[in-house]
Amino acid sequence: MFDLDRWREIFQAISKNKLRTVLTGFTIAFAILLFTLLFGIGNGLKNSFAEMFAGDANNAIYVRSWKTTKPYKGLQVGRRIQFKNDDYKFIVDEFGDDIQYLTSLYTKFVKAIYKNETSNYQLRGSHPDIQFLEELVVEKGRFFSEFDLKKKAKVIVIGRLVEKDLFGRRSALNKYISLDGFNYKVIGVFSDPGGDNDERYIYTPLSTLQGMYGNTDYINNLRLTFRPTMSNSEAIAFGKKIKKKFQEKHQVAPRDQSGIIIQNMAEANQAVGAVMFGLTVGILIIGLGTLIAGIIGVSNIMVFVVKERTKELGIRKALGATPKSIVGMIIQETILITAIAGYSGLLAGTAILRFIKPTLEEYKIIDPSVSDVLVIGATITLILSGLLAGYLPAKRAARIKPIEALNAG
Amino acid sequence: MIRIKKLHKSYPMGKSSLHVLKGLDLEVKEGEFIAIMGSSGSGKSTLLNIIGLLDTHDEGEYYLNGELIENLNEKKAAILRNKFLGFIFQSFNLITYKNALENVALPLYYQGMKRVERNKKALQYLEKVGLKDWAHHLPNELSGGQKQRVAVARALVGNPKVILADEPTGALDSETSAGVMKLLREINDEGMTLVVITHEEEIAEMSDRIIRLKDGIIVSDEKVLHSDKAITTK
Repeated sequence: MFDLDRWREIFQAISKNKLRTVLTGFTIAFAILLFTLLFGIGNGLKNSFAEMFAGDANNAIYVRSWKTTKPYKGLQVGRRIQFKNDDYKFIVDEFGDDIQYLTSLYTKFVKAIYKNETSNYQLRGSHPDIQFLEELVVEKGRFFSEFDLKKKAKVIVIGRLVEKDLFGRRSALNKYISLDGFNYKVIGVFSDPGGDNDERYIYTPLSTLQGMYGNTDYINNLRLTFRPTMSNSEAIAFGKKIKKKFQEKHQVAPRDQSGIIIQNMAEANQAVGAVMFGLTVGILIIGLGTLIAGIIGVSNIMVFVVKERTKELGIRKALGATPKSIVGMIIQETILITAIAGYSGLLAGTAILRFIKPTLEEYKIIDPSVSDVLVIGATITLILSGLLAGYLPAKRAARIKPIEALNAG
Repeated sequence: MIRIKKLHKSYPMGKSSLHVLKGLDLEVKEGEFIAIMGSSGSGKSTLLNIIGLLDTHDEGEYYLNGELIENLNEKKAAILRNKFLGFIFQSFNLITYKNALENVALPLYYQGMKRVERNKKALQYLEKVGLKDWAHHLPNELSGGQKQRVAVARALVGNPKVILADEPTGALDSETSAGVMKLLREINDEGMTLVVITHEEEIAEMSDRIIRLKDGIIVSDEKVLHSDKAITTK
């Protein structure tokens, strides 16, 4: 119910008692300021944590091989498991339905020469799916295709920094680079959100690389992403199933941790999820703690405010103010002060966050900010806390006998 | 207007209790101007607070304007005070951050009167007490006598049946006191019922009837014969 007269009374009480208003307001504004800052910085921490795990698909599974550490079916310990092209076919045949992208990876260190510039890079032979698995962004030209793979085309896609190293500011597109003495045509340049190191790779079709170095069918490892619709627990089970099948295929003891190594992002996700959850809970506790401290502070001040006003309230009662009108007046006043002060605190907090953002980002706290939902939530909390902070003292003030109030000095 | 029968009131003092009013009988008719006298501790303030519904009695009957006062909750008491009673206090009890006009208009605010109307009416009453030009001054810009005149205007503005004054001149010098008493006399002449507490004989002499209290009972109740009629009529 909007009562203009009531609001007039309140505005007068507030504006004629500035010190009191400022004290009450300052407490809540400061609490909300702290709340916003803590929440903002906490969010920044979460953002930077999330960023650390960016750059690779988060539904990726790496399948690697190494020496066995347990004897199995008469085979010796220390046998080196070597993946070959038929392992790729094996995965396609066994798990094709559950796979989104799949590639083999075979790498060589090569010496790259373009005109007077020389440098060493990792040359990576792969299937075209590597583009999606590594989340490569093609900046210029194109990525190589299945057709290039089939034709063993001598084409390469180079990282942004490779182009910068060898070509300076000129474009590498359609130029030829010598890698260990063989000329390859640059058909594309990529960038990688994963960072610097990932932008110093050179990609070529797997068949091309295998053909260049002894016409082998060896590969180093396999990379894939599972179907995104898979749940995290399904994905963990899926990784274990791949491991089991590969162990059977390569005759590795089921309990051997070394022969076949599966690195499943689903398992990492679970850990990351737990840490993120912990971080969120921590931030929430700190934020709520600050808010509660603010509410308690305001309640305390309200007790004093009501005490200070006891005589005024007594006069009002003698003149015919009902207890309801006294409670209503104090609560409305408190809500008004907390809402305005809280909102100023919020504005100040977001302004400070924006101001210190560049500094924080030097310390790897990325985009410290609070969401609209949080802002609205905090404002509602504030109004409710104003209600709470005002209600009890107001109730007590209304109950006090007018004669006692009048005698209160 | 006011009828009190066998009124008792005691205050708890730690484990024991202090019996302040001991079966008091009193009747005040409409238009009367009475003074209640007594030394401190005689129960005169307690009596006034009970009459003013600022405090409750323990035993006995109290009729205000023909209405039996019993089981009064705060809300009902507030409404009755607003409708029937006007207060004047020794320490004026003006709200410090409100100017004279706003102080006078406050009872009307609690009557639910519109702002323009109540300011108009408040100004009328300020004029009546001779303070029209001081309407927009804060209490701390007024002298003691002026403050009490504002309080008188505030007590009158709600059109009450009874005005209750607790040592209205207690904080004023004798000259100012006389002025305030003259104002109260005039109000009484217009038909208002007045109950004044005082311990000053001179002040009491200006009323029509003096009631003396001692140890919670009335020891004397006598009419005042105004030898100097000038006070009443002038």
